[in-house]
Amino acid sequence: MTGNDFLQLGVYLAVLLLLIKPVGAYMAAVFAETPNRVTRFGAGVERLLYRLSGVRADEEMGWKRYALAMLLFNVLGLLVVYALQRLQQWLPLNPQHFPAVSPDSAMNTAISFATNTNWQGYSGESTMSYLTQMLGLAVQNFLSAATGIAVLVAVARGFSRRSMASIGNFWVDLTRSTLYLLVPFSFVLALLLASQGVVQNFKAYVDVPVVQVSSYDQPVTDAAGNPLKDAAGNPQTKPAQLTTQTLPMGPAASQIAIKMLGTNGGGFFNANSAHPYENPTPLANFLEMLAIFLIPGGLCYTFGKMVGDKRQGWALLATMLVIFVPLTIGVIAAEQAGNPALHGLAIDAQASAMQAGGNMEGKETRFGIASSGLFAAITTAASCGAVNAMHDSLTPLGGLVPMWLMQLGEVIFGGVGSGLYGMLAFAVVAVFIAGLMVGRTPEYLGKKVEAYEMKMASLAVLLPCALVVICTAVAVLAPAGVAGIANPGVHGFSEILYAVSSASNNNGSAFGGLSANTPFWNVLLGICMFLARFPLAIAMLALAGSLASKKQVPVSAGTLPTHTPLFVVLLACVVIVVGALTFLPALALGPIAEYLMSSH
Amino acid sequence: MTSQTQAARAGAVGNFDRALLLNAFADAFRKLSPRLQFRNPVMFVVLVCSILTTLLWGQAWWAQAHGGHGEAPAGFIFWVSLWLWFTLLFANFAEALAEGRGKAQAASLRSSRKDVVAKKLAAADRQAAVTFTPSNELRHGHFVLVEAGDPIPGDGEVVVGAASVDESAITGESAPVIRESGGDRSAVTGGTRVLSDWLVVRITSNPGESFLDRMIAMVEGAARRKTPNEIALTILLAKFTLIFLLACATLLPYSIYSVQAAGKGEPISLTVLVALLVCLIPTTIGALLSAIGIAGMDRMIRANVIATSGRAVEAAGDVDVLLLDKTGTITLGNRQAVAFLPAPGIEESILADAAQLASLADETPEGRSIVVLAKEKFGLRERQLEASEAQFVPFTAQTRMSGVDLAGRSIRKGALDAVEKYLDAAGSHMPPLVRRMAEEVARRGATPLIVTEGSTALGVIELKDIVKGGIRERFAEMRRMGIKTMMITGDNPLTAAAIAAEAGVDDFLAEATPEAKLKLIRDIQAEGRLVAMCGDGTNDAPALAQADVAVAMNTGTQAAKEAGNMVDLDSNPTKLIEVVEIGKQMLITRGSLTTFSIANDIAKYFAIIPAAFATTYPALNTLNVMHLATSRSAILSAVIFNALIIIFLIPLALKGVKYRALGAGALLRRNLLVYGLGGVIVPFLGIKLIDMLLVLCGLA
Amino acid sequence: MGRLFRNALVMLVLLSAVTGVLYPLAVTGAAQLLFPHQANGSLVERGGKPIGSELIGQVFSDPKYFWGRPSATSPQGYNGQSSGGSNLGPSNPALTDAVKQRIAALQAADPANHAPVPVDLVTASGSGLDPEISPAAAQYQLARVARARGLNPTQVQALVDRYTSGRQLGVLGEPRVNVLGLNLALDAH
Repeated sequence: MTGNDFLQLGVYLAVLLLLIKPVGAYMAAVFAETPNRVTRFGAGVERLLYRLSGVRADEEMGWKRYALAMLLFNVLGLLVVYALQRLQQWLPLNPQHFPAVSPDSAMNTAISFATNTNWQGYSGESTMSYLTQMLGLAVQNFLSAATGIAVLVAVARGFSRRSMASIGNFWVDLTRSTLYLLVPFSFVLALLLASQGVVQNFKAYVDVPVVQVSSYDQPVTDAAGNPLKDAAGNPQTKPAQLTTQTLPMGPAASQIAIKMLGTNGGGFFNANSAHPYENPTPLANFLEMLAIFLIPGGLCYTFGKMVGDKRQGWALLATMLVIFVPLTIGVIAAEQAGNPALHGLAIDAQASAMQAGGNMEGKETRFGIASSGLFAAITTAASCGAVNAMHDSLTPLGGLVPMWLMQLGEVIFGGVGSGLYGMLAFAVVAVFIAGLMVGRTPEYLGKKVEAYEMKMASLAVLLPCALVVICTAVAVLAPAGVAGIANPGVHGFSEILYAVSSASNNNGSAFGGLSANTPFWNVLLGICMFLARFPLAIAMLALAGSLASKKQVPVSAGTLPTHTPLFVVLLACVVIVVGALTFLPALALGPIAEYLMSSH
Repeated sequence: MTSQTQAARAGAVGNFDRALLLNAFADAFRKLSPRLQFRNPVMFVVLVCSILTTLLWGQAWWAQAHGGHGEAPAGFIFWVSLWLWFTLLFANFAEALAEGRGKAQAASLRSSRKDVVAKKLAAADRQAAVTFTPSNELRHGHFVLVEAGDPIPGDGEVVVGAASVDESAITGESAPVIRESGGDRSAVTGGTRVLSDWLVVRITSNPGESFLDRMIAMVEGAARRKTPNEIALTILLAKFTLIFLLACATLLPYSIYSVQAAGKGEPISLTVLVALLVCLIPTTIGALLSAIGIAGMDRMIRANVIATSGRAVEAAGDVDVLLLDKTGTITLGNRQAVAFLPAPGIEESILADAAQLASLADETPEGRSIVVLAKEKFGLRERQLEASEAQFVPFTAQTRMSGVDLAGRSIRKGALDAVEKYLDAAGSHMPPLVRRMAEEVARRGATPLIVTEGSTALGVIELKDIVKGGIRERFAEMRRMGIKTMMITGDNPLTAAAIAAEAGVDDFLAEATPEAKLKLIRDIQAEGRLVAMCGDGTNDAPALAQADVAVAMNTGTQAAKEAGNMVDLDSNPTKLIEVVEIGKQMLITRGSLTTFSIANDIAKYFAIIPAAFATTYPALNTLNVMHLATSRSAILSAVIFNALIIIFLIPLALKGVKYRALGAGALLRRNLLVYGLGGVIVPFLGIKLIDMLLVLCGLA
Repeated sequence: MGRLFRNALVMLVLLSAVTGVLYPLAVTGAAQLLFPHQANGSLVERGGKPIGSELIGQVFSDPKYFWGRPSATSPQGYNGQSSGGSNLGPSNPALTDAVKQRIAALQAADPANHAPVPVDLVTASGSGLDPEISPAAAQYQLARVARARGLNPTQVQALVDRYTSGRQLGVLGEPRVNVLGLNLALDAH
């Protein structure tokens, strides 16, 4: 790793940490139970929304009603996205005249965006009308993120409330996260990105004449548009002249802002944040990376504030950083070391003042190694899934880290809200083991952890793990699963493992070589994404409901302190051990084997 | 209990070596029943795996005998299968061994529960008609007559009479105790024996529900239900087992795919998958979990405390506040005279002389201590007073004074307010200086007794509570553990504060009434804290019933014993502290072994993964950091280590992880280092060692 | 349940209007007002007509131009309607083959140059539209371009320097050279 690699990581962490407290405090105000400066500001709009939708804002919900409201709202949203895709050819704002999306792909995309996964089986610039992008995908970017935050806030109330049957009002939490948090933050970020060159318009694509005319092989298609193949099965081509270039347009900045802030990750364009119109400069890249961790990181502080002990929030944040920083250094170091398969060729991959060097396959020049490696770690630590470099082309160890960060359950920052509530599930498990070791019935933040809590927390921790191993097995056994593989040998297994890990942890990034826009993959990953999101959220709400009804155990010298470095290390160990123990065999057959073979 | 009887009892139970080991060995096989194993998800998986490998072995053996081959060499499957069965047997053995100790004690208890013929009375009157009835037909509310030499036929309450009773069958204490009607010593237990005099007892339990029955069930483990933490832990272990089951089962498809992708090697065999699974699931804690619980109960029993449920033992570890009676727990049972403080113008020896005279007939320990002090200070010998010349005035609830009238002298001693009233009645009054002296004494935490002769106050005797040696240190230890100690006393707040300060308790409740005590417990519980207390009297019963951990003294009333969730056979109130430690120790042992068990998995991965996939990806051999000889020896070593570690940890499970009175943070750091880090390192060494032995034996 | 359903439905409609209509319109309005050039694609004009975008690379294979990053878009490179990378895994022989071919092509265009090729010139970019190359890659091609255009290398060097940007804010990203801008400048020279 070069000095600048460390410097970029350092600057990123420093700026992030400076923002945690103000953002966290602001969010605490947004979700405070008593009116304050922040909530009074938009009270009028809020009241209007509640009146129109028949919401009684002061109605407190038990966990079951809260979960039902959450589920109902999200399933409705999911159906809307599905319908928009299926009907887009008859709907306005479709200047490219895209046809209806196929049922399996539409179903996959609808689940994907409603679950905050934003896995994209389709290619943005050649599939979705502007209307679908705006009213379907962009809306779900907001609402799935707002749902995650709402659930987290409810879980936090579970810890902070005493002997109460309710955990808040879903509609209020949802509305506030949207109106006070996501929309204004996104607006600011969108303009900052636009200033860097991210497009924001409603124009049709622009055709320009190219500077140098060149020739290329154009595939031959039949009347129905299907590619024709020759006798050997290779696609038939004919030579063609390239004289124009089509520049894609659209309202990208507004969608990219929420894609980052809401840890959604679904790109406006196919290349996602590698696309120059989606991520034009290193500063834009920095802002996008910052946006990914901003809310998940800030929520740690918010959580601490809500449970009345900020140290608890900082401890959770520290745990995330303890895992994040070494793994990030791991990706950057592996990528900087370059691809061993290319050693011996007449190329210069040495880092210098003139070039980033390293493994540049799938990476953009403006980002080089540091900004790409950092982005890869951030986007998979958080369940964002946006990419500014092609993960499929990462070195074996460089690809191992993002895959493993997802498999850890998306709790290292994780999705907005969902990352922290996932981490809290781990904390409950860690506290349980640690509590036994100090000879007391375990308690976390003053709440006793008993059989019911254990059941819900371990369900939340282990459900994604189970989905990953089972669905990977299904995919490698099914011919339709294996058919999607792009790279031969051991890397093909990594592609499948990565895809299932991504869907089962609501990340959405991919080893992009895998052709996953097939009925098999659309259905399999759709199931993964749905099961990883809603049952887990409901388990956490059930946990919150049970905790809220408990008394608060006062702290004594016999209480296990959960804000100390010792606990941070313990919690990090639990996260890592669960991740390592579950996935080590699978990883050994994928990236680890690939690494060991290539380094021999 | 004297130290001798304790040693004898420990001997009886500790002498399990041969007989108990043999029994446990036999039980280990008996416990292989799937019905029993099903209760423990971890071990049930091992059972299924053992059966599966046995079948695979049979198949491989058959195939080899007929010129074919099984999915792996029959010899290899045989060894794996054998050690899986050992894993199960070792787990059963641990549980059987833990139960064995209890069973030995239950047997000795049962021998005292012989059915006897009881003298059933028609009414609660010694003279009532007697019918001879077998004790197992006695019901709640029946009256029986028990005379010298008779065994007491069932639990009950003495309604008439007083007698000395031998309770050694229950308590191990050979000295007889007095049981009498009324008051706090009216409870009798079935199976004990009346030595002298007679009792009329009202039976309070139906057959099979007696204290002795409950005790036998408890120590035998028959009534053992999983405690809340044990249930929560079982859930966690079951989830871990499930996820490892999935991780291992899905390895087969992964392996099949990898063989296709790499174009070489063999898919992983079922035997290796099963071996990997058993190594990964938390068998160590799964195997020892119930043994730890039983051993915890057993440690209670050896401390001579009978808990009515495992839940109570576990709750003991969670206690936040200990309520301790001052008398007998914090201080020696009795106050002692430490000084004579004469009124102005009175010689100290005069005061001492009068005090001695007033106390000669006072048989209370306080009275005796006054006589002793007078003798020590002024050489005043105990005088024999003839009843004719002296008339003793006993203490009554009305006068609240005692004394003596002799030869025209009228000497009284009593509490300040009582004596003040007495002097006022005699037309005199309490000199202000004496009053101030008395108040000064009270402020020091001592009790002032005023001595008067005629209508003159001679001075004050200072009676002091003697705080037990070492108790201060125990309380400091409690504080480090995060447990608050609270002293309960009937004394006034001044006295209570002084004693509390001297004993080092955190807080006190003075002028305690049963109602105040109950309210205190409720208040503490409302704050979310758990309360432990001990008590013996009937008026303690409501508080005992309310407390989370309630230790009733065996000498106490039936009501107290019913209300509590533990009975201390030694009737030693300090036992509460030991109970808390045993409770904590049980949880710590479980937590530590869970950590150890999970931490072990890392080394097992390094042993098995390279071995399992080396034919497909030889590069994975780089992960064979232990340099195990062959794939088979690597897998076998991991399985053998996994089985043997159970045997090695049985003593720890039974004895419990040593509890140290440290704060939670320090304790966690320590246990994490020992059992977490140790759990990572030990298997690397162990597996390597076993591998070397296998090579030596030619089994590699 | 009925009320909950109504809540959910109306909430969805209202919040969709806010986030799906009002929000993007507001951003578009503001962006068009504040940053019209960037918001409309940072287009580069030649003779008053758009000829490309500062941010989107184009295919250059003529020795007189600086070549950009290899592009894996299909069917042709730098296809604006189908952005994406090669997605070739590090151990994929196809990747090694492609790199070898690119080295060969570069060496064929400049046989005298025996320096090792900077890695970004032989590996496909992530977007397939990467508008930039590393300064090392520009240096590698400088002599060839100068020779093909009959220019003094120092003149070309001056243009390269003009189209080279350092790390943003001195720290972020990597130094880079904008290929379309540089080639247009060369043509205009």
